[in-house]
Amino acid sequence: MELAFFLGFAVVAVVSAALMITRPNPVHSAVLLVVTFGALAALYILLRAPLLAVLQVAVYAGAIMVLFLFVIMLLAAERRELTERDPLRGMRWPAYLFSAAFLAVMCYVAWTSPARGTHGDMPADAVARHAQLIGQELFTTYLLPFEVVSVMLLAAMVGAVVIAKRRFE
Amino acid sequence: MSPGLPHYLTLSAVLFTIGMLGVLIRRNALIIFMSIELMLNAVNLGLMAVSWYLRSFQGQMLVFFVMAVAAAEVAVGLAIIIAFFRSQQTVNVDDLNLLKW
Repeated sequence: MELAFFLGFAVVAVVSAALMITRPNPVHSAVLLVVTFGALAALYILLRAPLLAVLQVAVYAGAIMVLFLFVIMLLAAERRELTERDPLRGMRWPAYLFSAAFLAVMCYVAWTSPARGTHGDMPADAVARHAQLIGQELFTTYLLPFEVVSVMLLAAMVGAVVIAKRRFE
Repeated sequence: MSPGLPHYLTLSAVLFTIGMLGVLIRRNALIIFMSIELMLNAVNLGLMAVSWYLRSFQGQMLVFFVMAVAAAEVAVGLAIIIAFFRSQQTVNVDDLNLLKW
């Protein structure tokens, strides 16, 4: 049963991702990417991490993709006929070949070498109080990275405003 | 039957490869940027799977921080694309050669 759910969401994620990189219209790509993110959120639920599934929907499918769509509309990139004239057309087949080889190696590693490592201390009822446990970790073990990330987000926000506001000649 | 770690890692590898292919074959800066997001998500899925199968929170915390960094990266990256579009009227990365000389 769980395998059926996994396969269903995996197929949705892979198909919409493959369509995403082949659509000429960036708006279609953005919507397909939202579908991929939604399927990944469902997979996070299957991996017993409900808080991160919610964050995936809110941050990725929500905030980040809205930002993308906003920029696409702002630039009117969907109406601009972007002729993808490709000066490196001959490089396309090497790209396919390299990607296939990369995928083969990754699958070989995934299926032949078992995950080694010490088992962590996730309690048995971790799903029921996932947000509480993540919050505890965040404000004890990972307090310094958490604060650093908050400063980084502020710096990125200021940087984005400065870069997007400046007028180039 | 429930899916094992190899299933999740394979899916993660497939999504990462699709994202990589998007970066390699597309010339639209916005779609290349979306492909980068897809690669980040593929890595996140791998981290989540290993985190669950080793019963550890470390992978999930890493995913949390990757999401935060991705949000910052998107804000700055899209600002750069807007600035570039203002000066060049295009989002084609082949025209992004101002610093080449």
